[in-house]
Amino acid sequence: MVTVTNLYKRFGSQQVLNGLNLETNIPGIIAVLGPNGSGKTTLIKSLLGMVIPQKGGIAVNGKEIRGQSDYRKEIDYLPQIANFPGNLKVKELIGMIKDLRGKPARDEELIAFFGIQSFLDKKLSQLSGGTRQKVNIVLCFMFDSPLIILDEPTSGLDPASLIKLRELLGREKAAGKTIIITSHIMNFVEETADRILFILEGVIYFNGSVSELKAATRQDDLEHAIAQILTSPTHV
Amino acid sequence: MKALLLIFLIFIGFNFYGGEITVCKSCEISSVKDAVEMAEMGDTIRVKSGLYKENNISIKDKSLVLIGEDFPVIDAQMQGYAIIVSAQAFRIEGFKIINIGRSHTSDFAAILISNSANFEIKNNRFDKIFFGILIERSKNGRIIGNKFSGNAKSQAHSGNAIHLWKTSEMHIEDNQVEGVRDGIYLEFSDNAEIKNNVCKNNLRYGLHFMFSDGNIYSGNLFENNGAGVAVMYSKNIKMYRNTFKNNWGSASYGLLLKEITDSELIQNTFEENTVGISADNTSRINYIENNFKSNGYAVKIRGGCYRNVFKRNNFLYNSFDLTYHGHSNENSFNGNFWSNYSGYDLDKDSFGDIPYRPVSLFSYLVNKTPESIVMLRSLFIDLIEFSEKVSPIFTPADVLDSQPFIKKIQW
Amino acid sequence: MYKILKYSFFDLFRSRWSFVYFFFYLLLGLVLLFLNNDLSNAIITLMNVVIVLVPLIGTIFGIMYFYNSREFTELLLAQPIARRHIFLGQYLGVAISLALSLVLGLGIPFIIYGLFESSAIWDFFSLLVVGAFLTFIFTALSFGIALKFENKIKGFGMAIVMWLFLAIIYDGLFLLLLMYFQEYPLEDFALVASVLNPIDLSRTLILLKLDISALLGYTGAVFKEFFGTTKGSLISFIVLLAWVFIPVWGMLRLAGKKDF
Repeated sequence: MVTVTNLYKRFGSQQVLNGLNLETNIPGIIAVLGPNGSGKTTLIKSLLGMVIPQKGGIAVNGKEIRGQSDYRKEIDYLPQIANFPGNLKVKELIGMIKDLRGKPARDEELIAFFGIQSFLDKKLSQLSGGTRQKVNIVLCFMFDSPLIILDEPTSGLDPASLIKLRELLGREKAAGKTIIITSHIMNFVEETADRILFILEGVIYFNGSVSELKAATRQDDLEHAIAQILTSPTHV
Repeated sequence: MKALLLIFLIFIGFNFYGGEITVCKSCEISSVKDAVEMAEMGDTIRVKSGLYKENNISIKDKSLVLIGEDFPVIDAQMQGYAIIVSAQAFRIEGFKIINIGRSHTSDFAAILISNSANFEIKNNRFDKIFFGILIERSKNGRIIGNKFSGNAKSQAHSGNAIHLWKTSEMHIEDNQVEGVRDGIYLEFSDNAEIKNNVCKNNLRYGLHFMFSDGNIYSGNLFENNGAGVAVMYSKNIKMYRNTFKNNWGSASYGLLLKEITDSELIQNTFEENTVGISADNTSRINYIENNFKSNGYAVKIRGGCYRNVFKRNNFLYNSFDLTYHGHSNENSFNGNFWSNYSGYDLDKDSFGDIPYRPVSLFSYLVNKTPESIVMLRSLFIDLIEFSEKVSPIFTPADVLDSQPFIKKIQW
Repeated sequence: MYKILKYSFFDLFRSRWSFVYFFFYLLLGLVLLFLNNDLSNAIITLMNVVIVLVPLIGTIFGIMYFYNSREFTELLLAQPIARRHIFLGQYLGVAISLALSLVLGLGIPFIIYGLFESSAIWDFFSLLVVGAFLTFIFTALSFGIALKFENKIKGFGMAIVMWLFLAIIYDGLFLLLLMYFQEYPLEDFALVASVLNPIDLSRTLILLKLDISALLGYTGAVFKEFFGTTKGSLISFIVLLAWVFIPVWGMLRLAGKKDF
């Protein structure tokens, strides 16, 4: 699905991606983890064409993405900070994105699922952070694309909504989609992810299942496993 | 003046003693020319209305009175002059003279008067003329209430309505001139009085004179002429209550003064001219109680101007009040009203407490480098003008009005 | 792209600012006409306003819109839409709504006043055309600056400096050169310098149409001769177009290389 070869990205003097390679062939949920500034968001934004790497290639479904935009028809993206044009109503924003994609969408179903019907006529600037994140999630999932990229999907969500999100992810996974997630909430990752990609200093430091990671670090839970990598990375 | 009156009475006297000849199309005498030839000294020729296709009607050394009734038309058919006079004491009144042909070699006029004196040309109409009334080497004539219209297209192929050369004691009043080259033209003509005339829409100057001293101009209106009014190489000129208006064009001005000395301009109005007054080598001139309104430049003082006095004038909403060459040269600008003045009068003596500098920085710059005029209405210019106003650096320090009026001066 | 344009346009159209801008011009037009009662005088005053304010507002509005709609832009970037369409669409949305505020705001009072019976209609028309051009030019320049500078304060400062340069400093340098070389014939230099700066070019184009051009004297005659010919009008039109297209092209180039 996604093939990243030898990807380099530098912001000014800061080398963020340092010859990163990645291949995702099997459907399922992939969690991209790593310390702050390790290049998680840069990798995701590179996949979306929002960040333009200095060197290396990215192919989605076998096609090189540089300078292209059509491949994004197959990708749904949930940005990290859900700040939308404030003077739009929720309804209008959803309508607009639908109009821009020009594709059938299951927005009503998702709106009902997250229970935000009553906010449809509110302006986005009037919404709470959690509600805004729900709108963000609806916008992301409504197109039913085979590749889904989620940047911190849990931020601002209450426990009930978190459960709904997990349920939704489960359904999508069952439908055979590839889902790439970044998150700081380790038990969320532990419960949902099939694979962990751990990025450190701009390369993939670890690539495997949660249990493999635990085994490699000899820790019982993910949080400690991660901490173990960060304190003494050479042990893995 | 008494002598003039006496001469005039004598001249009127001729009418009483002369015979009378009537000319009309069905009369015994049907041509003006024949009538003039037949007439004796002192006769009156009465011409009834009708079309008289005649030219070069010559009155030589006969004192005659020619009176047109209901404007008989003398059509010169574009050939030569209509009437040529060389005589003492005559009068031509009430004719309509048309179709004076153009020429490169002769100044064909509707009426040519030479070596004459004591005459009156009154209430005539002149249409499609080359020159209108051309007077040379004559004195004491009255040109009154005539109307001129031409269709001048180019300066080289057009003439002047009232053209005076080497005359004296001429009185020109209540005439209306339109569509010729120069409305009124004087050269080497002294002591003329030019009063209440209207010169409009002429190709070059409304009034143009050179080498003519001691003349008085009053109550005239000069409007929309190609270049305005030009007064050159003369002294002792008095210009009162004239209006110079709408003389607009890149080489145009209300009044051009060149080498004029010891003269007075009082209570004239200069309105919407590109340049109100352009003064070049003019000295000892009093500009008093004139209104300068909405001109591009109200007054341009060029080189060689000494001891001129501007006093009690109103400068209203001109783009530039004054442009100035050189030093103060004893020219005085004290005691005027300037609409651009932004000072205050705390001591209530009706004069502003801080002096006004009529030369703006921009006009100073334009004077030095004419091309900088392309900055007209640029924000940069507005800014430096403002800073110059606050603390003058460039503009001549001694050109100022130390007693600017705080209110418009009524006169 | 048209969809982006449409959304940006309506977004601005619903925001208060474009109405403030519209009502400002409406008020200005009404006040000038009813205080002045003289169309050509009103056009001169309007020219002063348009020449100074339209570039400034285009600059500020462009840069503010760009920085304020960053999130919206990022949302769009993740959609299957080409980058140049996103930025071109946003740019056109801003420029068109500003130009429309100007044209309608000034146009309505003049139509009420009875412009169509007046001979000043062409002067007024060219004022609006020039105003629209200036809007497009300065919005494009400010978008370019906003793309170049991530830091809002820096970008805002640079945009103001850019405006200051073209509106004021350029003329200062121009004047200095004129003064310095005053012994030489300067008409051609003045002509070229006026044509190259869009603000000076706009000011000159309008001034030459008005009676006040008689003040320009000999230099004005040279200018009139140039701008009066088909060649001159064509050159000034091309220069204005270039001032729109080159910044837009640069802006799109920057957009193509930028990381979000």
